[in-house]
Amino acid sequence: MKFLSEYRNPEIVHQYIDELHKITTKEWTIMEVCGGQTHSLVKNGILNILPDKINMVHGPGCPVCVTPLNLIDKAVHLAEDKGVILCSYGDMIRVPGSKKSLLEAKATGADIRIMYSPLEAIKIARENPDKEVVFFAVGFETTAPANALSIIHAEREGLTNYSVLASHVLVPPAIEAVMNDSDTQIQGFLAAGHVCTIMGTGEYEPLAQKYNIPIVVTGFEPVDLLQGILMTVRQLENGEARLENQYARVVRPEGNPAAIEMLNRVFQMEDREWRGLGTIPNSGWNIRTELEAYNADIKFNVNILKVPECADCIAGQVLKGIKKPFECSQFGTNCTPEKPLGAPMVSSEGACAAYYHYSNAGDEVNA
Amino acid sequence: MCLAIPGKIKSIELQYDGVVRMAKVLFGGITKEASLEMLPDAEVGDYVLVHVGVAISKIDEEEAQKSFKYLEEIGEIDELVEHSQIDRNGGRCPL
Ligand code: SF4
Repeated sequence: MKFLSEYRNPEIVHQYIDELHKITTKEWTIMEVCGGQTHSLVKNGILNILPDKINMVHGPGCPVCVTPLNLIDKAVHLAEDKGVILCSYGDMIRVPGSKKSLLEAKATGADIRIMYSPLEAIKIARENPDKEVVFFAVGFETTAPANALSIIHAEREGLTNYSVLASHVLVPPAIEAVMNDSDTQIQGFLAAGHVCTIMGTGEYEPLAQKYNIPIVVTGFEPVDLLQGILMTVRQLENGEARLENQYARVVRPEGNPAAIEMLNRVFQMEDREWRGLGTIPNSGWNIRTELEAYNADIKFNVNILKVPECADCIAGQVLKGIKKPFECSQFGTNCTPEKPLGAPMVSSEGACAAYYHYSNAGDEVNA
Repeated sequence: MCLAIPGKIKSIELQYDGVVRMAKVLFGGITKEASLEMLPDAEVGDYVLVHVGVAISKIDEEEAQKSFKYLEEIGEIDELVEHSQIDRNGGRCPL
């Protein structure tokens, strides 16, 4: 059975690179939507060994990055002023709000706990019946089922002290937002494998047709990414625009029916604000009205003033693949992962942070 | 944060009065618990992809093998084309 090491085998990686060099005759701009893929491409140095004619641009698929500033402020407020036990994923804890991050709130005494899984938050609610427990649930389609499951567990156990501050975003509307920008140069997409593991591939076929672009559902290992890029370039060179599935070992066309059923039971579609991109219609999930007892936003009725994003940050253009991180005047100087000015610098899966950590940022800035 | 990792189901137990199937999943040398509520037909010995404590997909062995054959396959197709061209261009087909 082939799992991890085979997909990182340098020999196979080189065979793919050779094949790509052989078949690429024209310039092509391809976007990987998912931040996990951006991270893997940059970390493994794949961007440096691709043919010069292939321009990879990095999409908005980092849920931590696109969670609005205002929601982070709300989470901090819940932890500090409402005295709740605030649980969230580790990456989310470090993201700065307009005044402070959850980590900083924790340092000054707020009860904030880092979780690997939302099911651990349920355990905390069970063990602390006299306290309110709020799970700050961010994520794309991949993570939403686990967050939904926590609400189903709470309901089943009759826990009344558990609620969720939800910020779920969806990939297909983001692809539309990127393609509808008149400045877009994108000619093909790598779709996020783990998102499609849940949702299947059905939503992407119409997008490939509508925008006349190849879309290849792709995994995360170096061999996966190179194979996905190769499949996209082959289509482009042949003048095709189809949906293909590179990641068939885990992605079935119908997705995961049990997960989809759970999502439909717990969430409803809504317009959602994306940090750096603004509001995209029907681009997120929130807790269904029938389950609003588990919606922390309603339960605690927090009204926090919206603070505008930093004016020098060009995150919107970076997230749509129109500009590269090093084209931003703030990159690496006023804006670093320790002191991020905008969305793509806040998590290691954001394009600005990935470039800052792994590529030779100084060289590119001077080039 | 969207990382999902493949592992092998070592054992399965029922929790919450039998309502929930929880698995012990082996990742390399580490064992972790994962909910099987989204994979109702997963069994001991299956390889699954786990994300934030929930198994979200079974890994298909045949497909996993296939992705390594992809290059060979497209290589063969290219060769066939080349061969047929050579054939047309003077009958020097090596086959
Ligand atoms: S480098 Fe910083 S300021 Fe510039 S686009 Fe990225 S996040 Fe915004």
